Amino acid sequence: MTAIPLRPPRRLVDLTLDGEPVRAPEGSTLLDACRAAGKDVPTLCQGDTLTPKNACRVCVVEVEGARTLAPACSRRVEQGMEVRTDTERARHSRKVVLELLASSTDMSTTPRAAEWIEEYGAEPERFGADAARVDEEPKVDNDLYVRDYDKCILCYKCVDACGEQWQNTFAIAVAGRGFDARISTEHDVPLTDSACVYCGNCIEVCPTGALSFKTEFDMREAGTWDEAAQTETTTVCAYCGVGCNLTLHVQENEIVKVTSPHDNPVTHGNLCIKGRFGYQHVQNHAQNRD
Amino acid sequence: MDLRFGDSKPTDEERAAVDALLGPPESAWEGADDRTDTDLRWARGGREARERRELLLPGLHALNDRVGWISEGGLDYLCRRLTVPPAEGYGVATFYAMFAVKPRPATVVHVCTDLACAAGGSAQVCAELERDVGPAGSAGSGAAWQPSPCLGLCERAPAALAIRAGETPQTAVVAPATAGAVADAASAPHEAAAEPPAAAAVPQACTDGLVLLRRVGVVDPGSLDDYRAHGGYAALRRAFALGPAGVIREVTEAGLVGRGGAAFPTGRKWSATAQQPDHPHYLVCNADESEPGTFKDRVLMEGDPYALIEAMTVAGYATGAHRGYLYLRGEYPRALRRLRTAIDRARSRGFLGKDVMGQGFAFDIEIRRGAGAYICGEETAIFNSIEGQRGEPRSKPPFPVEKGLFGKPTAVNNVETLVNVLPILIEGAPAYARTGTGTSTGTKLFCVSGTVARPGVYELPFGATLRELLELAGPPEALRAVLLGGAAGGFVRPDELDVPLTFEGTRAAGTTLGSGVVLVLDEGVELPRILLRIAEFFRDESCGQCVPCRVGTVRQEEALHRLKDRTGAAAAGDIALLREVGQAMRDASICGLGQTAWNAVESAIDRLGAFK
Ligand code: SF4
Ligand code: SF4
Ligand code: SF4
Ligand code: FES
Repeated sequence: MTAIPLRPPRRLVDLTLDGEPVRAPEGSTLLDACRAAGKDVPTLCQGDTLTPKNACRVCVVEVEGARTLAPACSRRVEQGMEVRTDTERARHSRKVVLELLASSTDMSTTPRAAEWIEEYGAEPERFGADAARVDEEPKVDNDLYVRDYDKCILCYKCVDACGEQWQNTFAIAVAGRGFDARISTEHDVPLTDSACVYCGNCIEVCPTGALSFKTEFDMREAGTWDEAAQTETTTVCAYCGVGCNLTLHVQENEIVKVTSPHDNPVTHGNLCIKGRFGYQHVQNHAQNRD
Repeated sequence: MDLRFGDSKPTDEERAAVDALLGPPESAWEGADDRTDTDLRWARGGREARERRELLLPGLHALNDRVGWISEGGLDYLCRRLTVPPAEGYGVATFYAMFAVKPRPATVVHVCTDLACAAGGSAQVCAELERDVGPAGSAGSGAAWQPSPCLGLCERAPAALAIRAGETPQTAVVAPATAGAVADAASAPHEAAAEPPAAAAVPQACTDGLVLLRRVGVVDPGSLDDYRAHGGYAALRRAFALGPAGVIREVTEAGLVGRGGAAFPTGRKWSATAQQPDHPHYLVCNADESEPGTFKDRVLMEGDPYALIEAMTVAGYATGAHRGYLYLRGEYPRALRRLRTAIDRARSRGFLGKDVMGQGFAFDIEIRRGAGAYICGEETAIFNSIEGQRGEPRSKPPFPVEKGLFGKPTAVNNVETLVNVLPILIEGAPAYARTGTGTSTGTKLFCVSGTVARPGVYELPFGATLRELLELAGPPEALRAVLLGGAAGGFVRPDELDVPLTFEGTRAAGTTLGSGVVLVLDEGVELPRILLRIAEFFRDESCGQCVPCRVGTVRQEEALHRLKDRTGAAAAGDIALLREVGQAMRDASICGLGQTAWNAVESAIDRLGAFK
């Protein structure tokens, strides 16, 4: 939620980041402060439109005087805090977390994962070929989107977007516990039997591609998905008076998916089923009929 | 909320179980069969209904107690009654080990395979059950058995607990267990032999000089009058005379620190809670002792239940809470029965309720049963569990004293800590503080199990040494090691027995008192097996919320599997791996479970030379 206009002025607190004095508005997170100072702290479960669950722990930093590392995405700045973002200890935890994730899930569609794995020298293979994996088959149970939980890092973002933070539909929740925890509908029924209203806001926030448009999923399977060849056009949804912003992702003159700008102060990237999935009529070309 | 309920209907039994807890449904919106004219014009639900979400866990228990498992129809009906989205209800039901969402027989026997029971021969019991009854989980002769984490019966290891669902659920504790006795208890739990009295777990029972255990074996745990005849309710009377601030002052000056493992000063916690402007305040008693090897709270609750109730009342008075939740682990049927009786009697006699002892102070206690999740002993996971959410720890800050149960200021204390408040008020802070050492005052309860002659709960003044404790319990001839502090603690070598049992003393020795577990292992023990069991325990009990713990505990277990028969150079690679993963778990996990999951293994490698 970067662009909420008209916020009352906030007090500034003083802290140091890697020895440099900085000031940050009261209530902001260490991550906000780091980003404002131009520091690149990796994040996975943090989302710009959601309250982070701080579950992935790749953003950990060292706070002077604390026994454990702190998640930068959630820890609020405090007056006089001394924070180190790039210590041996923090880097070690990030490296291991990346190894743990990449050894148990498929991170091939997680943006920046490969870059961080390289940067932190993570070696997911070192747990051996027998290392337990999430091992899930993609759930293809409707025509609109696919849930491929083999790629899920359990960041809780989709649950929060579906539930109390945005959509208030509560079609999915975390079920089970420990390594067996999975995002699930009630009784693990197919999406079509669940409370899902196909707003697709969960896809919008999923950081790994575990949730994706059926179009994208099919094209990836067929090897025709080519992000470099896609154009993005932001326009206005024409279905109803709300007038949400839509970003159309177009490849070879076909809409392949629809997202929405997160900095829109009204919708924060959320859409309804019509705006998100109801684009077929736009490309109902003569040559596509019958 | 887009509440959508499937077509599955509850059975009559399931409906009756839920209605017995919540009362009959008032309208079709709540799951009544017939739609009335009013129902068509008026929707019920909304905030008022959602505020009953905290009844989800009791509701799940109601279903599970009645049928033995939780069906789609039953869960949907419960969710409809409470306006809980079924996906969330399912997420909560699948979080707890004592619930099943797949059909299973009405009788389930939980056979403990944890540390003390493993040392006591649980593997053989399981093997025999496998032979006679069938593999774990299968329903031979109408009952299923399954391996279980610590049941808190370590002094009588190996232990088993049979639970039979039905209109009046039945439980039977079998300890020490043989396959034959377990099978008997499974077929007729109501006929199982009575448990020995709580005092049997206290080798020192009825001797002089005990403080916390002094009434165990002396009073009739069912009798309020007997409790009062043995000094009961004198502390609460003194508390009323001192006033809330006075009570906090005594507790602070007595130097009482929490006995749950973190050793936080109780007085400071209470005064921070009392001072919060936000209201109401809550008190939570953490009676979810699930640390493998711990059973002292069970013995206290079974042997002297009114003491806990009185202590909770004092704590409520001091912190300004009018409601106390007693979060009791689900595996303690006898403690549950005794506490229920004690609370009812205390209430009917004016020791709980709107006007406690005629002093104008309102306080009542509600028991919440856990359902098999070690993590719910974490102070913030308890809140989520009570609120009807998954028992996942919250990240701190904010701390419970500021935002705890239902987002309100909350003091959380475990049973042993609370019971300490009684002698403090009766003897006064200075007298109390004379026992123990400067920074560890009073006495401490230790749960001694494993290969000793007299396992049980021991009470010693802080500062006694491990050797002195072991002398009381009768140590084995060939001592291999002592696991101090439980699965989250550390090992101590036979040449380190002079370590003083204080918070500072154990810390200086590089270990911890934790919750007071003293698991004694003799030379016959297979250390790699014990370590594997510890790793398995953490992997099983991780809530799954954060990556270092969710995946780290799995990788730790895998490495220990590989290490089982390896030593020296062949082990070096995996030991290095364990260290790296362990460091990240300790540094980057959200809560204490992940942060301590590597402690015991590390100490076995570094101090005992495991895998050398
Ligand atoms: S499906 Fe995506 S958004 Fe949901 S928990 Fe998994 S990774 Fe996160
Ligand atoms: S996305 Fe849905 S709510 Fe938004 S303008 Fe389109 S139809 Fe209306
Ligand atoms: S450390 Fe483990 S138990 Fe604690 S929050 Fe993380 S996953 Fe859950
Ligand atoms: S981004 Fe902070 S914990 Fe995941």
